[in-house]
Amino acid sequence: MTVLLKNVRPYGEDAVDLLVKDGVVAAIGADLSSTAQTIDATGLIALPGLVDLHTHLREPGREDTETVLTGSRAAALGGYTAVHAMANTDPVADTAGVVEQVWRLGQQAGLVDVVPVGAVTVGLGGTQLAELGAMADSAATVRVFSDDGKCVSDPALMRRALEYVKALDGVVAQHAEEPRLTVGAQMHEGDRSARLGLTGWPAVAEEAIIARDVLLAEHVGARLHVCHVSTAGSVELIRWAKSRGVQVTAEVTPHHLLLTDAQAEGYDATFKVNPPLRTAEDVAALRAGLADGTIDAVATDHAPHAGEDKECEWAAARPGMLGLEQALSVVVDTMVDTGLLTWREVADRMSVRPAEIGRLTHQGRPIAVGEPANLVLLDPTARAVVDPAALASKSRNSPYAGRELPARVVHTLLRGELSVLDGKVQK
Amino acid sequence: MKRHLLEAADLDRADATLVLDTAAQIESALAGREVKKLPTLRGRTVVNLFFEDSTRTRISFELAAKRLSADVINFSAKGSSVSKGESLKDTALTLEAMGADGIVVRHGASGAPHRLATWVAGSVVNAGDGTHEHPTQALLDAYTIRRRLGRLEGVRVVITGDVLHSRVARSNVWLLHTLGAEVTLVAPPTLLPVGVGSWPVTVSYDLDAVLPAADVVMMLRVQGERMNASFFPSAREYSRRYGLDAERMARLSDDAIVMHPGPMNRGMEIAADVADSPRSTIVEQVGNGVSVRMAVLYLLLGGPA
Repeated sequence: MTVLLKNVRPYGEDAVDLLVKDGVVAAIGADLSSTAQTIDATGLIALPGLVDLHTHLREPGREDTETVLTGSRAAALGGYTAVHAMANTDPVADTAGVVEQVWRLGQQAGLVDVVPVGAVTVGLGGTQLAELGAMADSAATVRVFSDDGKCVSDPALMRRALEYVKALDGVVAQHAEEPRLTVGAQMHEGDRSARLGLTGWPAVAEEAIIARDVLLAEHVGARLHVCHVSTAGSVELIRWAKSRGVQVTAEVTPHHLLLTDAQAEGYDATFKVNPPLRTAEDVAALRAGLADGTIDAVATDHAPHAGEDKECEWAAARPGMLGLEQALSVVVDTMVDTGLLTWREVADRMSVRPAEIGRLTHQGRPIAVGEPANLVLLDPTARAVVDPAALASKSRNSPYAGRELPARVVHTLLRGELSVLDGKVQK
Repeated sequence: MKRHLLEAADLDRADATLVLDTAAQIESALAGREVKKLPTLRGRTVVNLFFEDSTRTRISFELAAKRLSADVINFSAKGSSVSKGESLKDTALTLEAMGADGIVVRHGASGAPHRLATWVAGSVVNAGDGTHEHPTQALLDAYTIRRRLGRLEGVRVVITGDVLHSRVARSNVWLLHTLGAEVTLVAPPTLLPVGVGSWPVTVSYDLDAVLPAADVVMMLRVQGERMNASFFPSAREYSRRYGLDAERMARLSDDAIVMHPGPMNRGMEIAADVADSPRSTIVEQVGNGVSVRMAVLYLLLGGPA
């Protein structure tokens, strides 16, 4: 497929024409012409296709809430060209067979690169290492390993996992939550949890694990990635670890950049998430950490859930929120419109760094001649109110329902093919 | 009054005083009557929706509704469709379809009554939700204090025990503060919420130090399951440091009263001779509970049918 993108602004800079041919950027210049499909991209900003390190696609096991196909549609509409599919499926993605199944489903959907994450331990049980090598050697070429949803809390096992993945050029992505400090936990522990009578999830339960893990990673010389960082203290710990040269990277979710524990008032379980929404001070620290590079990446933690798992008592509800379709808008709202990030830095945090962490060689590449044509084109001036009924995801648990957000993804290209055209998914 | 009674924090001073005054009027109206019944809620349906066992509160609400001539349906989750997995929302919609005017709900999950209130057209009364609130208990406690001491403004109330898990304590903190009382919470630090510093209360770890100045001592039940969860070393140590026995009661001023929402652990947080002493209002609280719940149901449902 050949596409000519007229008057597009790479990284929000000067407008140029981009010729995409045979899956790569074939030419960049002024007044390019082509007999191929031409798209007037006047006013649109181009960024490298977004890469998500943290997506729950729910297949296999909960296809009633999302499938690889519906999740791929949501991802493409959000401007993503690659997503890492978390391992907490049913069955758990802890064998070469399951990761290959997810990878093939992604190939069949053909809208984004679906990159399976392998479980660190068998069945997410936290006691025995899964066959990490087999998953790495499989067709899915797994490089990110995570028990996300659960913490690898046994320090000896975490040490072994960190050591073992060194041979695979892999990384352990830790859901940092000391389970003994979060028994029955429902929301951020603080003034509000005390008043609402919801068991608290203290910041220290996250920070204690991060502190332990960065020291373990330093000790064994391995790569550690920290999932969905949510507290000011966690940002400080990661900053300290990086200053010591520890190979640690970290991600933050869009919802932790925007929302606070005030959302728990009224007990609407749409806002129940793990780790929980925290305080305004935490939000400010997370934004600052993302701006100065302490936090490497924005990751959605896209977590679809059935209506009955949210339209219920808070304690009975499953934690998690949709994220893929609004992630870029939330980042524009919280980081770009506030002057904290440039468009180039958005590209770095939402595409370049996540691709590097996941060892994806064809994603997160610069917009340059000869590079893979994985692109997102967005309208930075658009504003729209989020309507969950209009989402491509199979689930409706969006924390942004009724909220007006800036920026709209207009086109997405995966290896030169339009997965999204004029805001409409093409498959 | 609002349409629902979900938490004591919702009640302003005028609303709370109206409930207490109404309860007093109802009590006078029924006093000396042979037939203890008013026709106020005739033709109205009140559902007692109890997802947790609670004989005392359920009977109190049932009696309150029946004395106002309402039709009362008791729904307990055990053996119902709920035990087969029916959701709270589906249960609510079923009751809605049957025309429940008022739903009195007791639930183990904090916030369940709030969710219920968004799904039904009738009035919802929170009869205790998780570790959040139990507003009618606080109202009957305030009513009891006012009857015994003649006032609430400036009354010094010491609430002692497992504040962390107590919905009674939370409701009492907000309501008593609203009504002008001064509340002191006493507990080991392990049984106080992290956010207690933002509450309108004084906090102490030393029961003996605060007793001489107290007008009211409210003892909270300590749940058996807390005893093996390292909240305190042993039942014996807890009882020694935070239990109310005759020796401690002697530190109180002559007019001070002793309260307990029940059910009691005699010999644990409260000694038997203290519970049965003339200073104790524990049995009185139960009787006042019916009057106060009648007042709540009347104010929420007493409009034109």
